[in-house]
Amino acid sequence: MLRLPRFGVQSPETLDDAVTALAQPGARIVAGGTDILPNLKHRLDQPPMLVSLARVTSLREVKEEDGALRIGAGVTLTDIAEHARVQALFPSLAYAASIVASPLIRNMGTLGGNVNLDTRCRYVNQTHFWRSAIGGCLKSEGDVCHVVPKGRICVAAMSSDLVPVLSSLDASIVNVGPEGRREMPLLDYYGADGTKHTKRLDAEVTSEVRIPIPSGATRARYAKWTVRDSIDFPLVSVALRFSLASDSVHAEVTDIAVVAGVLGSKPRKLTRLEDAIGRKLSDPTVAHTVAERAYAQCKPLENVPYEAPYRRQMIRVHTQRAIEAIIDAG
Amino acid sequence: MSDEAEIPTNQIGKSHRKVDAMERMRGITRYTDDIKLPGMLHAKIKRSPHPHARIVSIDASKALAHPGVHGVITGKDLATPYGIIPWTPDETALAVEKALHVGDGVACVAAVDEDTAIEALDLIEVEYDVLEPLYDPETSLERRDNQINPYARTGNLSKKVLLEFGDVDDVLDKSDIVIEADYFFEGTTHAAIEPHCAVAHVEPNGLLTVWSATQVSHYLHRELAKVLAVPANRIRVIQPPLGGAFGGKSEPFDLEFCVAKLALMTRRPVKLLYTREEVFYSHRGRHPMKMKYRTGFNKDGKITGVDATTFLDGGAYSSFGLVTTYYSGQLLCAPYGFDAYRFHSRRAYTNKPACGPKRGHGSVQPRFALECQIDKAAETLGLDPIQMRLRNDIGSNAVTVNEFRVGSNGFSECLRRVQDSSDWSRKRQDLPYGRGVGVAGSTYISGTNYPIYPNDMPQAAVQITLDRSGRARVFSGANDIGQGSNTMLAVITGNELGLPLDDIRVLSADTDLCPVDLGAYSSRITLMVGNACVEAAAKLRRLVTEAVGKRWEVSRKRVTLADGMAIDREDPERNVPLADAFQWAEADNGLLGATGSYNTPKDRHGEYRGGTIGASPAYSFTAHVAEVEVDPLTGVVDVKTIWVAHDCGRALSRKIVEGQMEGSAYMGFAEAIMEQHIVDPDHNGVHPGPSLLDYRIPTFLDTPDLEAIIVESPDAQGPYGAKEAGEGPLHPSIPAIANAIYDAVGVRMDALPFTPPRVLAALQARAERERAGELSPHKPDTDGARRIA
Repeated sequence: MLRLPRFGVQSPETLDDAVTALAQPGARIVAGGTDILPNLKHRLDQPPMLVSLARVTSLREVKEEDGALRIGAGVTLTDIAEHARVQALFPSLAYAASIVASPLIRNMGTLGGNVNLDTRCRYVNQTHFWRSAIGGCLKSEGDVCHVVPKGRICVAAMSSDLVPVLSSLDASIVNVGPEGRREMPLLDYYGADGTKHTKRLDAEVTSEVRIPIPSGATRARYAKWTVRDSIDFPLVSVALRFSLASDSVHAEVTDIAVVAGVLGSKPRKLTRLEDAIGRKLSDPTVAHTVAERAYAQCKPLENVPYEAPYRRQMIRVHTQRAIEAIIDAG
Repeated sequence: MSDEAEIPTNQIGKSHRKVDAMERMRGITRYTDDIKLPGMLHAKIKRSPHPHARIVSIDASKALAHPGVHGVITGKDLATPYGIIPWTPDETALAVEKALHVGDGVACVAAVDEDTAIEALDLIEVEYDVLEPLYDPETSLERRDNQINPYARTGNLSKKVLLEFGDVDDVLDKSDIVIEADYFFEGTTHAAIEPHCAVAHVEPNGLLTVWSATQVSHYLHRELAKVLAVPANRIRVIQPPLGGAFGGKSEPFDLEFCVAKLALMTRRPVKLLYTREEVFYSHRGRHPMKMKYRTGFNKDGKITGVDATTFLDGGAYSSFGLVTTYYSGQLLCAPYGFDAYRFHSRRAYTNKPACGPKRGHGSVQPRFALECQIDKAAETLGLDPIQMRLRNDIGSNAVTVNEFRVGSNGFSECLRRVQDSSDWSRKRQDLPYGRGVGVAGSTYISGTNYPIYPNDMPQAAVQITLDRSGRARVFSGANDIGQGSNTMLAVITGNELGLPLDDIRVLSADTDLCPVDLGAYSSRITLMVGNACVEAAAKLRRLVTEAVGKRWEVSRKRVTLADGMAIDREDPERNVPLADAFQWAEADNGLLGATGSYNTPKDRHGEYRGGTIGASPAYSFTAHVAEVEVDPLTGVVDVKTIWVAHDCGRALSRKIVEGQMEGSAYMGFAEAIMEQHIVDPDHNGVHPGPSLLDYRIPTFLDTPDLEAIIVESPDAQGPYGAKEAGEGPLHPSIPAIANAIYDAVGVRMDALPFTPPRVLAALQARAERERAGELSPHKPDTDGARRIA
């Protein structure tokens, strides 16, 4: 069995105390531990102190307020998947949460951990010994990129199932730090450098995610492909949300958001979808147009398993099928 | 085996709870890693980050000086080469001259705890002279200038076997059709849930005890004696309960020598538990094989001859490679009879973790090739694939082209049972484009006549004692690796003596207490150890029935032992508890004990070099039908159901046989669809994902329905007619799935695994040919499954 490095643990009971504890140099957050603990076993980090959020009960609330659903960062993925209001308002989110990893991991993993999930790469998420055989890389002990030869920026993959979905729902993220509270659109939260792919400061804690409750009719869906039906991170990940003129799949599309994950270090929101707006959702050209745009704009890399050209084709197939499934569901 | 006209039927053919099931389910089974001894040290192995490198120097002084470190050893401390096959001793516990793959061990530290040992590994300075690595077996055979294994005799050739039976070229020339194709079987590993673990302890008087998660305690015993230069009578090897093995623990590994040596040096107990990553480096899994097959057929579907050329990618060490190379050809000559056969198999060294035996050792790969060949011929000849296989069945009491004697043979019944259960005929006719069914058959050995090291002693032996409380103790060297061999021994003993299983204590795989058994490999235990057990138990039954008959003044033949009692057959009201009967027998005979032993018959194989390798006392037979759905837009193959009919001779314990059949079919399915044990030549020969997250094996959710259909064709060589059930049922899964994919969408998957990108590429290539007018559409698209645009 791989061993964890030695570290201290602090368990503050309030968000403020957590922020204070995080001011210690090198301190890291542990919530469910499903991401950081394997990474520590792989010696991707060696923090002297872990600040546990297990006792910060204020992070575990789900509230409807000011036209938004506010989900605390400490809410587990299982609780999101099973929450009645999440299921009613944002079925694509409930679904995405229900297919992360495995039941045991969903019972431990939290929303905050999932949106801050470290980027992943086939050349990074390995043991220290393994990486020593290839001389490390930009994200570990080396200065080269094994995915993009001569690349100077790490392209490890944003592998969260929830981030594309929340982004497609125009969610925003709230972080609390020594400088106070700041809220930003989730899409703006991520950057292109896989070694530091979020705008969270080390001393900040993600406190909640806010999802605006749509005023009109919508349809949303999440498409994930991976090899196995449990445990695996996504290899193809596309979230779709259509705003409609009325509550029917035969109504006109008034707005579209399509966000893909597992490309580079940040989610990609598709552009140039205007052609599909104004048409009926059930018009086959909508599915076709969106799928073609997805194919044109999403370029998977060899940072995760299964050949990138294949995954690129699959983004088109799964995008098209997701829209067809929405139409079939009525 | 029995001296009674009537063979007891107390237990045979029933369903039993495994004797160790409740302990395992309750989590109280003590595996090797659960052993904790006072003062125990923990060991870790430093491993090479290079795929091929000469070791210039190793400086362990800093590690030795590190607080908490009690000992460091390097290759020089265990320099005697060993190997599971006595003719190919080509590995050392730790690299002496060279490291031959990423992960090859170079030094080992024992320290007060694992963390300290890990820290000390980083303090060992190894200077390497990095050498050019070779990854492709055919290339490595050509590169005589770059010999990988320093102990190899012929460059990078590990083993070559060329055997010809009949005039193959002539037979193929005269055949109506010859199917010729290249196949590739990817390497796969065992992925047992329990990683390898070993603990060593030295008594004050110098006796060395090694507990190890091994499936070959006897061979480990021998090799420890050889490498440590300690007499075998000063060593005790114990195999605690195992968490899976599948062939991955069937030879000695570095950790066993390391803990023993460090315990001898430090005089403290030493434990070493592999990480999952180290399990992948120790490997000994299925060999990748490149296979070229030419198979002749007559118009009636009869196979005329087979010509096979095979390259085995052996990795860095021989392991069982000599046997694997023979098995890659020798095990192909049933269930189908044919007149001429040639196989030319070459095993090459490469700079990869060594390959070895995995469930279905050596014959899963050629079986894939041949069963696909037959499917192609059936299509060419317009024959039903099941009918064609029935037509080629070699039958019972036959002799194969390579001179193996086949006894009982239930293959045709297996085919008919899967045909009926799967609704084959209708599905072949009616399933629309995208869905299909495929069939494949196979045979496997119930142990092999070849005993690994030549000797005239029994291959298996069992000792049983009875005590006054009405219990039996069974001593056996057999390794229970989850296949249920301890339960098998209890079932046979209970069957002969009328004891409930709870009154039988099986003590196994402890070299101090148990008679020698060669181990759990080649599906030998039920037949060999089972026969030995029947012999010992029947001797005791005779003593007990005689003692009871004497007191009742009746012939012993009137006394039967059943339901925990001795019973007068003609007056069942007259009976006594077995405890009383055992006491009478002990009064008459002294302490009640008996031994039984088994050796293989010597008339079951040909008299040519290698003729014993793969020859078996009895052969099992299997047929599978697989039903698949292929997504034509993604290439994803969804295996819906596999019907598994297996002729195990006689099911001694039905649930266990069914479990073995399902587990085998699962494992074959996993290899067909997902598994790839490979190294990355572009990244210094690292294994791309030595973890159970990245090395994908199917979860419960991914596993098809598995329908186990037991077929019983009792064999005179087996205990109560029993043959093997643990490995044979794996073989047909893979070609049955390949053949079902063809039925579904018209593409031949001749290379494993059938991953979505590969299937999709094959579909796109077919679509190209359809567009060019070279092929017509495969079959009606009545379900509206969308074709490739």
